[in-house]
Amino acid sequence: MRELIEFFRPHLLPLLYALVIVAVLPLIAGYVVLVERKVMADMQARLGPMRVGPHGLLQPIADAVKLLLKEDIIPENADVWIFWLAPLLSVTAGMLALSALPFGPAFQIADLNIGLLFIVGISSMGIFGIVLGGWASNSHYSLLGALRSSAQLVSYETAAGMALVSALLLAGTLSMATIVRVQEHKGVWFVFVAPIAFFTYLVASIAETNRAPFDLPEAESELVAGYMTEYSGFRWALYFLAEYTNMIVVGSIATVMFLGGWLRPFPNVHALDFFDYVPAVLMLAVAGYCLWRAPKQPVTVQKLFLVAVAGLCALVAAILAAPLFGVPYLSKAALHGGFWFLLKVFLYIYVFMWLRFTFPRYRFDQLMRLGWHFLIPVSIVNVMGIGVALVLHRQFGWAKWLAFLVTTVGTLAVAGYLAATDERHETAMVGGDA
Amino acid sequence: MLDKVVFYFFAGLAVLSAILVVTRRNVVHSAIFLITALLATAGIFLQLHAEFLFAVQIILYVGGIMVLFIFVIMLVNLDVALHQVQFNRQTLLALLLTLALAAQLGLGLRLGRSVMFAPARPGPLEPNTELVGRTLFQNYMLPFEIASILLLVAMIGAVVMAKKKV
Amino acid sequence: MIPTSHYLFLSLALFTIGVIGVLTRRNVIIILMSIELILNAVNINLIAFSRMFGSVDGQIFALFVITDAAAEAAVGLGIIIAFFRNRETVLADEMDILKW
Repeated sequence: MRELIEFFRPHLLPLLYALVIVAVLPLIAGYVVLVERKVMADMQARLGPMRVGPHGLLQPIADAVKLLLKEDIIPENADVWIFWLAPLLSVTAGMLALSALPFGPAFQIADLNIGLLFIVGISSMGIFGIVLGGWASNSHYSLLGALRSSAQLVSYETAAGMALVSALLLAGTLSMATIVRVQEHKGVWFVFVAPIAFFTYLVASIAETNRAPFDLPEAESELVAGYMTEYSGFRWALYFLAEYTNMIVVGSIATVMFLGGWLRPFPNVHALDFFDYVPAVLMLAVAGYCLWRAPKQPVTVQKLFLVAVAGLCALVAAILAAPLFGVPYLSKAALHGGFWFLLKVFLYIYVFMWLRFTFPRYRFDQLMRLGWHFLIPVSIVNVMGIGVALVLHRQFGWAKWLAFLVTTVGTLAVAGYLAATDERHETAMVGGDA
Repeated sequence: MLDKVVFYFFAGLAVLSAILVVTRRNVVHSAIFLITALLATAGIFLQLHAEFLFAVQIILYVGGIMVLFIFVIMLVNLDVALHQVQFNRQTLLALLLTLALAAQLGLGLRLGRSVMFAPARPGPLEPNTELVGRTLFQNYMLPFEIASILLLVAMIGAVVMAKKKV
Repeated sequence: MIPTSHYLFLSLALFTIGVIGVLTRRNVIIILMSIELILNAVNINLIAFSRMFGSVDGQIFALFVITDAAAEAAVGLGIIIAFFRNRETVLADEMDILKW
């Protein structure tokens, strides 16, 4: 018995982290949905959900309760086992990918030697949830939406993978935590060394998560809801959870590979150490903003609520500032690392939302053309370019900034050539020569 | 001890999934069980400390080949096929011959075990990815290039085969 | 440490099931899936020996086998699609004349 406990002891902390993630993720995904609705409202000059709870903050809870209580409909002649299995596959793939991601120097479930490859593989398994869900629904809309969605995912997966390979060439290792440490060691985030890879990954990851402007397979006006048409109630909630989990995963991958993970800007430059105060100052600014807006609220509950939020933000600011003033037991690396990581992931997801509410939807043939004719060639050229830059720097002794500048300009030239010579077909999709 | 549990779990899952692959009536169910079998095989690879092959198996086999299979199954799925006979006329003969083959191979393994199963000398297999990469690009460069030409030929062949003849 | 013979017998079992699938089923897609099972059995074999001898060559060979399997599956499925378009069948028994 004792040796059984001793055997499991090193696995207890990762197990705790895994339980925390599995328990907290649906709640976080629900609040990301609320943030998206509020951001959408802000960009459309309105207020968004305001009724349920102060400023609509209990809206995700209301949505969750409604979805749990809905009638569970299974279409006639649908394959019941696969119908049941498909949303589970999507959610499992999303959650498994979260297990290899470092949310800070101290919060990672498993630092795999092949972390990046594992995450790419698990993300490619999420396609099955979509394809099998669409097929099992025994409905034309679902099957078409599923096939289109998976074709889109497969096409952009290549481009995303190669963009990650560019950053991988710079890092020299597949382990996610080590990639962040390499960025710390070199003192520069990889987005400044390989910006084209970052933008390729940004676009490809929007397509990977079926977000607008690449959301044709699940757009309401096009295919009802694509592969999710026949799913109602909690099964649909699982698909939705999977989609937002994928957004968080993709944001985390981009943060680790390109945006320096848990590092603050200019991690090694000691002259800029005042950046360490930025988290606390930011939270204090949020608290101050809440206190400033509190008297202007029409309803007393909302006033009190904003004061409470301000108090919470001030508390978080105090916790973040504490390690800088020598308070023991609070690790600066863990707290600040977690804060910077979450901030960067949130900014990445905010860009996703921003793009969603700004651009119209791509038609499916335009989407495939963008993926195959533009993004994949640019990714390939980028990988070769980064290789050339590394050889120029290491073997021929060019300065680092010069080598990577030349590479970026060369890749941009190729991208510009591809964009300029792309014959756009304005014919209708049916019978068009695509 | 955990080693044995993990091995028997993955091995049992692989064999069970494989049996279900070849016996299901519905082709999509067979495909799902093949996915399970491939994942179990990936688990076996991981247990043999071949991390890179584990990831490659998941990315290529499960995430690539099986997606291709499922696409094609959906394109050629006939409802009438569910009610036809699944096993062909030579089933009994095939079973007998396969059992004979298995018995022969098993006998070969048993008889040759003193020569084949020398005590293991776990050599330098870590760090796995770096070692695979280094050996692939230094010692096996020519097969690597030929494999890429093979993939190019296969891609062109598949596109030509599946195109609609205009 | 699991003795290598265990992995070889697992490989034998998968190989046998794959061969039964190839020789017994009528549906061509399931025949292709059984071929994938056979290739996986071979991979387990290769990697078990690679672990036993401490040499990474087995893993590289297995990598080439996976690449090969991908190419073959792609072309095989292309053939099935082309055949299905002409003959509306995926049963191996009914693919029995050389011209149409």
